[in-house]
Amino acid sequence: MWAQAFFFWIFAAMLVGSALAVILARNPVHSVLFLILAFVSASGLFVLMGAEFLAMMLIVVYVGAVAVLFLFVVMLLDVDFAQLKQGFVQYLPIGGLIALCVGAELWFVTSNWVRAPNAAAAASPSGTLANTRALGLVIYTRYVYFFEAAGLILLTAMVGAIVLTLRHKVGVKRQSIEAQVARTPATAVEIRKVASRAGI
Amino acid sequence: MIIGLAHYLSLAAILFTIGVAGIILNHKNIIIILMSVEVILLSVNINLVAFSTFAGDLTGQVFALLILTVAAAEAAIGLAILVAYYRNRGSIAVEDIHALKG
Repeated sequence: MWAQAFFFWIFAAMLVGSALAVILARNPVHSVLFLILAFVSASGLFVLMGAEFLAMMLIVVYVGAVAVLFLFVVMLLDVDFAQLKQGFVQYLPIGGLIALCVGAELWFVTSNWVRAPNAAAAASPSGTLANTRALGLVIYTRYVYFFEAAGLILLTAMVGAIVLTLRHKVGVKRQSIEAQVARTPATAVEIRKVASRAGI
Repeated sequence: MIIGLAHYLSLAAILFTIGVAGIILNHKNIIIILMSVEVILLSVNINLVAFSTFAGDLTGQVFALLILTVAAAEAAIGLAILVAYYRNRGSIAVEDIHALKG
């Protein structure tokens, strides 16, 4: 039991510290790297809570895809980030005040709640199954429509991202397959009678 | 010391607060705003998984999975809009973007 508490405090401290570093770092590249550290710490917490599948998804989806996407965009855009950092100190009081209000409300909520006595678990895992298997048994039966909707959301996002960023440059020669297929000997080859020692 | 549900809920609350503060403090840099939104969604996920574990109900983990999906889609679309905007205007300052009108 002490090991669980030990690792909880380590991961929690890493998570809070790296989240603070995300919003305070001067260089956005450092922000992205701290975001990756935050996700890794959170996946450690998920493992502690017994949600191994979600922990692995967090590593694969976030660290492997989303954070790298952020890194690409930060390095792709040639922006003066020091200029964007201006106004940070000016907004520190109001930002701190709003954060304090939100934090107080959340503290109030998290410290004053009760579970309804007749609340029934919708999908209790049976004790012998591994987490991934139990999740699969639930998500493909009871929540299959949500699962399909998630797939549609991802498809929409993929199509949208491609449509938004695709551009056809003018002046670039591209392969035109229909023009190639439509070529016949009549249009491509010309036979001429060449006079001897005269050329064309 | 036993780590209970309250610990995880407090951690998620702290993380949510950090994300909200990040949005306000970095109100000029839209990339950091997107990252703060990711931090907020992560705190929500921690909440859901904590409830799922301590209530013995897998529904919370299913919802966390769906939030993960939506967050990934949101990041992809947001960054694509950002790249398209930067190509057209050569700047991503938020105070320039608020002049957009339909």
